[in-house]
Amino acid sequence: MDIFLQQIINGLVQGSIYALVALGYTMVYGIMGLINFAHGEVVMIGTLVTITVAGSLLKAGMPALLAGLGGLSASVLVCMALGWGLERIAYRPLRNAPRLTPLITAIGMSIILQNLAMMIWGRNYLTFPALLPKIDFEVAGVNFSAIQIIIVLVSATTMGGLLLLVYRTKLGMAMRATAQNPAIASLMGVNINRVIAAAFIIGSALGALAGVMVGSYYEIAHYQMGFMLGLKAFTAAVLGGIGNLAGAMLGGVLLGIIEALGAGYIGDLTGGFLGSHYQDIFAFVVLIIVLMFKPSGLFGEKTGERA
Amino acid sequence: MKNWLTPKSTAGIMLIAVALAALPFVVGMAGQAWVRILNFAILYVFLALGLNIVVGFAGLLDLGYIAFYAVGAYAWALLASPHFGLHWSIWAILPIGASCACIAGIVLGSPTLKLRGDYLAIVTLGFGEIVRIFLNNLNAPFNITNGPQGITLIDPVSFGGFKLSGFTPIFGFPVSGPQKYYFLLVALAILVIIINLRLQHSRIGRAWQAIREDEIAAKAVGIDTRNLKLLAFAMGASFGGIAGGIFAAMQGFVSPESFSLIESVMILAMVVLGGMGHIPGVILGAVLLTILPEALRYGVGPIQKLLFGKQLVDPESLRMLVFGLALVLVMRFKPAGLWPAPERKRELAEGAK
Repeated sequence: MDIFLQQIINGLVQGSIYALVALGYTMVYGIMGLINFAHGEVVMIGTLVTITVAGSLLKAGMPALLAGLGGLSASVLVCMALGWGLERIAYRPLRNAPRLTPLITAIGMSIILQNLAMMIWGRNYLTFPALLPKIDFEVAGVNFSAIQIIIVLVSATTMGGLLLLVYRTKLGMAMRATAQNPAIASLMGVNINRVIAAAFIIGSALGALAGVMVGSYYEIAHYQMGFMLGLKAFTAAVLGGIGNLAGAMLGGVLLGIIEALGAGYIGDLTGGFLGSHYQDIFAFVVLIIVLMFKPSGLFGEKTGERA
Repeated sequence: MKNWLTPKSTAGIMLIAVALAALPFVVGMAGQAWVRILNFAILYVFLALGLNIVVGFAGLLDLGYIAFYAVGAYAWALLASPHFGLHWSIWAILPIGASCACIAGIVLGSPTLKLRGDYLAIVTLGFGEIVRIFLNNLNAPFNITNGPQGITLIDPVSFGGFKLSGFTPIFGFPVSGPQKYYFLLVALAILVIIINLRLQHSRIGRAWQAIREDEIAAKAVGIDTRNLKLLAFAMGASFGGIAGGIFAAMQGFVSPESFSLIESVMILAMVVLGGMGHIPGVILGAVLLTILPEALRYGVGPIQKLLFGKQLVDPESLRMLVFGLALVLVMRFKPAGLWPAPERKRELAEGAK
């Protein structure tokens, strides 16, 4: 039972990170039907920028908390600029192109960002500076750290804020209108270009936040880290029903928990035949099973085939 | 099709045949490494045309195509290497590899038939990853795939006693291993081109096109969309399996690393960049995307030295950077691909109005 609770906690932490990244995918997809494959790279750059900025602030003698906040804001700003630039340079010219064209562009951008990162930060693993004090708690036989609590709280708050933004503000209304029908929305006076740019910028800011969390949780970063993280987060978005904000959040958390439980129990379940290095297949197996029964994800709207 | 063998076209075909026959020897003068690259270009033509059936003809976005290639490659590797001590003949292995891949295609295809475009993409992607993870980990408790180390010492392709590896004197002229593989690959590529051409305007090909353009309308006019989509998956997968087998034999080595998602993505990029659904375009895309990174590998370093007098940035990452940039730029200025089908171009022009 202890293992069970422990894995639930670990999964919840990992899942909140997935959820934040998944929101970036789902917002862009919901509004313009594009899989932004480069989003994982944006998260990666967020982590690496934090390492550089926070690391040098620490070296300059700043207290850890301030250095952390400095790194976080730098990475959020860089990623927002990056998201805006991606949309403006790569995707906007392709808005009326065939469906697969922006997908290839996204793949190209992802290759470019990865290799730029490799040029700047090198091929080696980087250590994330220790910004938060290491405090461990134990409640009812379950261990968790301060970082884990902070990750879950911060992502829950951020997601709440995002929901408020989308459902309570004018920009949010414009976003929802654009998602429903861009042509009509623009007739109603919505500036489509601004709404799409906003979706990219907000998604990238969330990605940067997630990047900082991944970095401080695993204490390690690498120019290729965005790939698997992005893939899992995208899986989470699809699991929840892509284009649906609440779906992405729940999908992310669910995926994190399923993975953690799967990794914890697969050895027992298969009599030792499959070990915990099969962890990565759970995400995809669960996804395939869910989509077999619910072809538009767990919380996806029932759209007709012509949607 | 009746009068296609005019004197003019015969001369053209002869000319192409002579050029294709001479190519490996001309390229061989620059070194066998280039013949190998040429072989990979043809192998990718084969793969891209296989994927073209799924993506280009039937319009099913498949991001896990490399899984079928992996199945074919591992089928060959297991049945013709010291790993299990089996050394079967090509006539047994290639059909087995193709049928394994075909079955894998149906296994993937049947639960996903209901899914719309992007959902299908992520499921196929996940399938590809699952296959790779299994290949990576099936070395315990029974050693089937030998895990991340992969399988070595795989038998080359041989017909009777004639091996396609190593030098063989032919008419007193030493012909290298890659050069011999070249002719096998060209023969296979011609076969797949003919199959693609014949399929395109056949009853099946037109049905696929109907599904691609509007699935509901296709169903309404009595097309069996379920079976035809499965057929597209199965056919594409079989071609992937054959290509994988040849790849394993040609390399003499397979490991899960060769079958990562980026490979699926590259093959898809070949199809889309060249001109989806248009056979000459797909061939062009495959050749370009294989040759370009290799040419950059040799070009990027010296050009930097020439311009700046020293190596400023790591040539390997600069090479990939240029490659990514090329993908983005082509899509920006040629959204339908470098050489799109004429009807596609027309649609796009109308859409832009």
